[in-house]
Amino acid sequence: MDMSLFVRYGPQILVGLKYTVVIWVIGSIFAILLGFLLGFALSFGNRSMALLLRGYVEFFRGTPLLAQLFLLYYGGPSVGITLDASTVGLLGLGLYGSAYFAEIFRAGFASIPRSQFEAAASFGIPKLAQLRYVTLPQIFVLVIPPSTNLLIVLLKDTAVLSILTVPELTFQVTGMTIETFVFIEPFVALAAVYWTLTELVAFLGRRLEVRVGRYLQP
Amino acid sequence: MSQVSQSALILLIGAGTTLLVSLAGNALGLVIGTSICLMRLSQARFARAIAIAYVSFFRGVPLLVQLLIVFYFLPAVGLDMPPFVAAIIGLGICSAAYQAEHLRGGFLIIPRGQAEAAHALGYTPTQTRRYILIPQAMRAAAPALVNEIILIVKASSLVSVVGVADLMRVSQNIVARDLRPIIWYAAAALIYFIINVVLARIGQAVEWRLNVGHVKGTL
Repeated sequence: MDMSLFVRYGPQILVGLKYTVVIWVIGSIFAILLGFLLGFALSFGNRSMALLLRGYVEFFRGTPLLAQLFLLYYGGPSVGITLDASTVGLLGLGLYGSAYFAEIFRAGFASIPRSQFEAAASFGIPKLAQLRYVTLPQIFVLVIPPSTNLLIVLLKDTAVLSILTVPELTFQVTGMTIETFVFIEPFVALAAVYWTLTELVAFLGRRLEVRVGRYLQP
Repeated sequence: MSQVSQSALILLIGAGTTLLVSLAGNALGLVIGTSICLMRLSQARFARAIAIAYVSFFRGVPLLVQLLIVFYFLPAVGLDMPPFVAAIIGLGICSAAYQAEHLRGGFLIIPRGQAEAAHALGYTPTQTRRYILIPQAMRAAAPALVNEIILIVKASSLVSVVGVADLMRVSQNIVARDLRPIIWYAAAALIYFIINVVLARIGQAVEWRLNVGHVKGTL
């Protein structure tokens, strides 16, 4: 195996890495924000709204990301939504992730005993303050482990975007293998890069878990 | 036969392929996963280290990249296999890592005393595993294992990339000819959805079945 190959394709691979990280970060932020709103509405919204949102969540959780991306990327233009591959990737990852985050936050809200709301209400604490000072701090601790897992899943799923020709890491490396006819080494190196990234996220997640859960320790 | 009904038929055949690849991959994953899990729980440090590395690697790398490696690696070592088989192997070794962890969770809730009691009663370690530990671990892990099948069905959409004519790939082919992406991709998504709903129902039935003769709230 010729190591100069990696030197020659180095800049291209770095561009890919940048795309992977940027799409993952922005897509995840989008997924967390939308997922929080969805989880909140599923927990406290009226019944018809909850039913509608349940349909949204079940669709995105019950179908493959690839099918969703194809629908948006190839089906979008025929209903007047024409987006470039990277935007579809970002949006698709965000919508997909939001359905899973919605479930995480819904479970978080469900874990708060109802009596807490009643107690807060009887103390005359406004709804918003109650959310900010009573509910969210408790939920925050609970949602960190599943959220870390989901962020890792989303990081790995950015590789799927290569199929839509988003110029991310897997796409760049696939391009490199096609040009050079060297397959195994680049893909193994690619796997090592993803492995490092996901282990890093898992490590940070565990650190954060310990950090915010400190008050629970006796 | 009209073009549309022909396409619909092709789509259904693709769905059959998806089911077949997923179930075979899942079964392979259960076999490898059980071995990995037993290695993870064994006394031998070396076996444990291998199991930990296996789980960490296959859960930490995108399935697409794993499939690409399997797809190119097998021919390079002289194993020329049809993409269909390579896809099953790829799904199997990946899902094994997840299933090993589910099973480990199942084993961990069995009280230590049971293995000791079995030893005291003269069970060999193999018998202890076969008759006492594995059945209970399977029961405890059943919900997670069924969930894993659903995840594999969705993940199997990636085998279209290595040339398997699964649901995703045939819907792409149909769209290439028919030029109505929304209809066919939505149909494909719907079929995935239906498969998953049915699997979830079967999962509930299996869970219920496994709980027969078993007091709720105990192991």
